[in-house]
Amino acid sequence: MIASRWFPAITVMAMVFFAGAPLMIARAPYESTMGLVQKIFYFHVPAWIAMFSAVFVCGISSAIYLFKGKKFADHLAVAAAELTVLFGLIGLVTGPLWARKAWGLWWQWDARLTSALILWMIFVAYQLLRQYGGPGSDKLAAGMALFGMANVPFVYWSVNVWRTIHPTTNVVPTLVPGMSEALLWCSVAFVLIFVLTLSARVKLESHRAAIDRLYLSLDD
Amino acid sequence: MRLALGKVKDVRRRKNYITTLLVILVTGFLQTLTASSQNLLISSFTPLVVHVAQTQPAQDEFVPIDELPPEDQLPAAPLLIAAYAFAWVALLVYVWSLWRRLGSVERELADVARRISNRSGGA
Amino acid sequence: MVSRFIQVAWLIVKKDLTIEARSRELFLTTLFFAASCVLVFAFGFVSDQNPIGEAAAGILWIAIAFAGTLALGRAFERERYHDVLHALLLAPADRPAIYIGKLLGVICLLAIVEIIIVPLISLFFQTPILRHPWLLGGLLACGTLGFASVGTLFAAMLVRARSRDVLLPVLLYPITIPVIIAGVRGTVLLLQPEIDVVMVRAWIGMLVFFDVVFITLSLWTFEPLMTD
Repeated sequence: MIASRWFPAITVMAMVFFAGAPLMIARAPYESTMGLVQKIFYFHVPAWIAMFSAVFVCGISSAIYLFKGKKFADHLAVAAAELTVLFGLIGLVTGPLWARKAWGLWWQWDARLTSALILWMIFVAYQLLRQYGGPGSDKLAAGMALFGMANVPFVYWSVNVWRTIHPTTNVVPTLVPGMSEALLWCSVAFVLIFVLTLSARVKLESHRAAIDRLYLSLDD
Repeated sequence: MRLALGKVKDVRRRKNYITTLLVILVTGFLQTLTASSQNLLISSFTPLVVHVAQTQPAQDEFVPIDELPPEDQLPAAPLLIAAYAFAWVALLVYVWSLWRRLGSVERELADVARRISNRSGGA
Repeated sequence: MVSRFIQVAWLIVKKDLTIEARSRELFLTTLFFAASCVLVFAFGFVSDQNPIGEAAAGILWIAIAFAGTLALGRAFERERYHDVLHALLLAPADRPAIYIGKLLGVICLLAIVEIIIVPLISLFFQTPILRHPWLLGGLLACGTLGFASVGTLFAAMLVRARSRDVLLPVLLYPITIPVIIAGVRGTVLLLQPEIDVVMVRAWIGMLVFFDVVFITLSLWTFEPLMTD
């Protein structure tokens, strides 16, 4: 994908969206109880959207790798797992920074925060396994990713099922127009950057596999 | 061949059965949880922590933010700036590390390809 | 088909239990480790030189998690040492049946360890943890099943991996933390003077949910994961 003609177009689009983000965010109305600090919302939610997308990409490609054995699916899974950790980290840092002002505390062990942290940790464990597990760790990591993906509906619906300090999923569909446009803009920006970094990372993984194959043929 | 195909169908049938069962159980359970969520008093997964002495008495009722004592009013701007800065820095650092890794891998790839062509050229 | 599945699983359970009955290695080491864990935590969480009663619920589940990890690691180390797992996979047996057989063996071991540890905790922490034995039994059964189901899958997979001793907890704990949370919350409720049976049943229900998800995922993935 990185070598295709779409890549420069998507890069330009991503840059435009990121450049326009501050304008959209500044234009968005203030939230009545939280004021300025609520504007973290426009990066916090898209970061988690990108993280969940990465988890799904990783989970689905892991399933394909496990059951069909396609090597490309493994490269995609590795790349998506790394991005899960990145976007999850952004979400986990922006959240408490917002919470400190909005809720008065940095962290709380409610259902949403706990399950989101656990989901993130599963993919950190994935990284450790791929790095230090040795041969055969690709299949085991694929199994891990499936368990991680199974967690996502739990994380998403935990705010609706339990009474949590974290807002419910009802907030996004009922946003006022100024806020929903800004959120949509930032979400598109994050998804575009997710697609770009994913394709670059997959390229890196494919190169590494090619080098391994070439070294093997060199030894023959 | 026929025996192998028969086994595949059995495995698939069993997997479908397990999937259907799982979907039914999960849907049923989620419905039960949602229906009884009004009764659930689970408000947190708070770990068992020994109580720490409070520095001031807890508020009993809602106090508007501008009427709070000064030490409770946090400035929002540093938190906002820190959040956006972190997101930007994290993305930039990652893209930069990707760039570096891609560069070194491409160099190594070119090097190995050259060695192979030298060997096959020379041999 | 089903009877053959049960037959294979039963044979594997019988094999594991027979080896265990003769050597008692896993059982004794796991039991002693669990008891030491409980002691360490009993001394770690003190208030006025007495163990904190409320910490008993958490410590019970931590001891199960740690002892379970150790037992899983050792159980599959034994398989690896004699190349038994390779032989099992070569046999014309359903892979999921092998998984269920190993799982039942681990659960039997953990069940016996728990039966001994729970009264020990009741003694050390002076808490009435045995006041509602059936509810506690339900929590422990569902929680142990959830923990062991994921643990058996990963321990079997890690048999051929490098750094397997440290990787098993690294992989297992993030996935089984929800099971531990549900178990602890349920057990804490049982330690209250007035127990809320509805809430305890809700936590047992959540544990059953996790068990279903984990066992289904494990059964699906055991075959492709164990194939080279």
